[in-house]
Amino acid sequence: MTDTPTAGAAPPAPDAAPGARPRAGRVLRYLGGRLLTAAVSLAAVMVTSFFLFRILPGDPVAAMTEGREVSVEQMEALRREFGLDQPLWRQFLDYCAGMLRLDLGVSYEFHRPVAELVAERIGPTVLLAGTGTLIAAALGLVLGTRAAWRRGSLGDRVNSSVALLLWSVPSFWLGLLLIVVLASGTGWLPGLFPTSGMMSADTAGGLDTAIDVAHHMVLPVATMVAVVYAQYLMIMRSSVLDEMGSDYLTTARAKGLRDDLVLRRHAVPNALLPTVTLIFLNLGRVFGGVILIETVFAWPGLGSLFYSGLKVPDLPLVQALFVIFASAVIIMNLLADLVYPLLDPRVRT
Amino acid sequence: MSTVIPPTVPPPGADGVPGASGTRRRAATKLLAGAVSSLGLAGALLPAGAAAAEAEGDTMTVAISQPVDSLSPFLAQRLISTSVHKMVYEGLIGYDPETNEPHPMLAESWEPSDDGLTWTYTLREGMEWSDGEPITAEDAAWTFTTMMEDSDAATANGNYVENFEKAEALDERTLEVTLKEPQATMLSMDVPILPEHVWSEVDDFGDFNNDEEFPVVGSGPFTITGHEPNQSVTIEANPRYHGDVPEFEKVVFRYFADQDAQVEALRKGEVSLVSGLTPAQADSLEGQEDITVNKASGKRFQAFTVNPGAETQDGEEFGDGHPALEDKTLRQAIMMAIDKEELVDTAYGGYAEPAEGYIPSRYPDYYWEPEGDDRLAFDPDAANKMLDDAGYEKGDDGIRESPDGDRLELRMHTHNDRPDYVAMAPIIVERLADIGIAVENQEVDPGVLSDALHNGEYDLIWTGWSVNPDPDYVLGIHTCDALPEEPGTMRGDAYFCNEDYDELYAEQLAAYDDPEKRAETIKQMQAILYDEAVVDVLTYADTLEAYRSDQIASMQPQPDPGGNLWGQDGHWSFSGAVPAESSSGGAGLSGGAIAGIAAAVVVVVGGAVFLLVRRRSVTADDRE
Repeated sequence: MTDTPTAGAAPPAPDAAPGARPRAGRVLRYLGGRLLTAAVSLAAVMVTSFFLFRILPGDPVAAMTEGREVSVEQMEALRREFGLDQPLWRQFLDYCAGMLRLDLGVSYEFHRPVAELVAERIGPTVLLAGTGTLIAAALGLVLGTRAAWRRGSLGDRVNSSVALLLWSVPSFWLGLLLIVVLASGTGWLPGLFPTSGMMSADTAGGLDTAIDVAHHMVLPVATMVAVVYAQYLMIMRSSVLDEMGSDYLTTARAKGLRDDLVLRRHAVPNALLPTVTLIFLNLGRVFGGVILIETVFAWPGLGSLFYSGLKVPDLPLVQALFVIFASAVIIMNLLADLVYPLLDPRVRT
Repeated sequence: MSTVIPPTVPPPGADGVPGASGTRRRAATKLLAGAVSSLGLAGALLPAGAAAAEAEGDTMTVAISQPVDSLSPFLAQRLISTSVHKMVYEGLIGYDPETNEPHPMLAESWEPSDDGLTWTYTLREGMEWSDGEPITAEDAAWTFTTMMEDSDAATANGNYVENFEKAEALDERTLEVTLKEPQATMLSMDVPILPEHVWSEVDDFGDFNNDEEFPVVGSGPFTITGHEPNQSVTIEANPRYHGDVPEFEKVVFRYFADQDAQVEALRKGEVSLVSGLTPAQADSLEGQEDITVNKASGKRFQAFTVNPGAETQDGEEFGDGHPALEDKTLRQAIMMAIDKEELVDTAYGGYAEPAEGYIPSRYPDYYWEPEGDDRLAFDPDAANKMLDDAGYEKGDDGIRESPDGDRLELRMHTHNDRPDYVAMAPIIVERLADIGIAVENQEVDPGVLSDALHNGEYDLIWTGWSVNPDPDYVLGIHTCDALPEEPGTMRGDAYFCNEDYDELYAEQLAAYDDPEKRAETIKQMQAILYDEAVVDVLTYADTLEAYRSDQIASMQPQPDPGGNLWGQDGHWSFSGAVPAESSSGGAGLSGGAIAGIAAAVVVVVGGAVFLLVRRRSVTADDRE
């Protein structure tokens, strides 16, 4: 993946002179470098995705028709339709040509353009995983800062332990547990939430649907947040701790500022940088969805689409999704790189 | 993929930019508060949503475990899609719900010619498509002809028409099909007949999925009225159906990838019917209030096949199967070493029956059991003696060697996605060790397994088939014809080729007009399969299902009694289902109360967090 800028990543040009032009040159060079890296990564991902899934054992046509009464002619017709009767180099050229035209191919199993399938499911995934990421980040940020500020206290220890415990819990297991306890209900506890899916079969549309979707989101989002907020908490905690020994905080205190203010006005903004990077990276991964959570809760997103495609294997579908997932990470990385100079003055020079 | 966390930044100076960070902080607080309060809002409005979901009349909700691949009967491969099609499009002839015998559907009668090459079907009178157009023999002729002429339209059911010479409508109600050779499956033509006036408008059958315009025009007891990809399919009763209009107004098939989640949804009353339960799940539902567990006799058999030496139709050998397995004595000894009762108890918790023949006992006409000396019953001592006598000597480690000097070390490929196979495999390993055969159990992905099978690179491989009321297809995959023309193209799951078997196969195919003779022939074929011991049929696992008896009063099983409800050969369980009198659904508290509690909890928690955040920011500002 792209490397993250560090201080001095863009050395000043030898003939650097004060004024706007050299500075613009540096910015352009920085930008160009990042864009080039991203483009190269993207090309590598496209080539990889073609060959990666062809290593998978199993014949897609045999898998799709397994247990069904099909004739040899039907199998051959399917192979021809999918282009599987062509030599590999030919399939590769077709794939490359398709990608250049932004044509993601046609799914073997669903008989529909992959782009259509993706468009249908990208919304649910972004809604679920995006909401989860934002809540987890906010939660981790607040709790991590508090934990660091009172490091060693009972609160810190409990906070960190709970987060790490949840981090190590398999998400599908936690999801099932929540379904048993909060959805189907147990003992005196009634079932509060739907067991799965994204909406009820008949909703009136408009606000009704929005509420219905929100209701369906509660458990999957809770599962996701519970499992992932630990990484935000730990990173925030350690970067606030890093800041705490700094002279500038001592100075701030010496000026007579209250502890609370020193924390929020001085320590936290500086400690935020690593978290920002993490949020960007995770936002990139949002498109990959949370495959297990989507599966347990039958959430109609890209993750469950990928899962069902892998089982066949539905080659056009999985290779396109792989490219999409990887591109999202590459693009978010690029954005992080581009935003960084705005946050960190040293990268600007 | 590595996550690189940049080094932290040195302080911007003791008096950095308080204004900017203050704005950022306030923005963050707002964001958090906004998120929390919107959660609270969603909670407050919950009762409306819950009530909307509940205010349904006679609706049945069925949990399904696959998303729909296509709603075009020309394309659909998956069980879920073909099951939906059985409710929406009738074929000419179906299967009787009770006996599985051929049953009039669109056709009320049929007549083969003396040479069996011409079949004349007479359609019922006065039938209408769900849009009011008449259903005629033209529709049937068009459907078959399209499948014969367009390979895309033959994707799903092409095997039925492969042997067709032509299909034509003699008049509005008479269809004549001419065959190239006689075929017994003319009595089980459950190919969906489509309305020509709708489908002839389609340009490309390869990419028409029949899922854009609802309601879909059909002939069955239901019509498709909605489809949310990857979520649900809705069908509603068709008032123009030629038979009894279903009592359930609506059936919703809801997709769940996870089986445990399905069971929880049933417990809660969110779904009315769940199928494909594991024995443990069935046990946990047994005796629960308002839930009925249906233990149906299985449609499927579970087996492993032995590689008797893979070869092509021309006799070219390939693969690396263990050479000793070409010996029938060894194959029979393997069969005798296995205790099928043990498998039933251990792997299925008793929800299965030990199997001998290839066709499950739910089809009594074709069911076969070995008698007397033909029976290769569980008897490890006898198996050991057979091997001793045949010259398989035991080494010091207890493993035998074949007379040719090959150690009896076998590989076994087991599908890692089938819990029952995974549970049975170690037992087989143990039992075969008892007779001096070492087996290495390889749990692999289905793709790996299928590659091993097609390349002939296996010794023992797990398999299993669903057997239709007409068993022609599953019998056909063991003819010499099913051997691959070249390595990698085999049709079946064993390199089985036996002339006697092939002769009998041809006989049963020609005996389309003499059911008793056909059944007798089919039994003889099973006797050959059993004796050759290439296919070791082990069990017929029960089909385990459960439904909410407070939502469904009764459903028609197939066969009756002892049959299954989901995945029938026909629409009987759904078209004949009777709603329970109080089909409100939901156990314990009412939906409204539940939603109310949920709303209260979320509002209180949300409000508390919101206040806390506000208080903290206010006090901080005050201190400033």
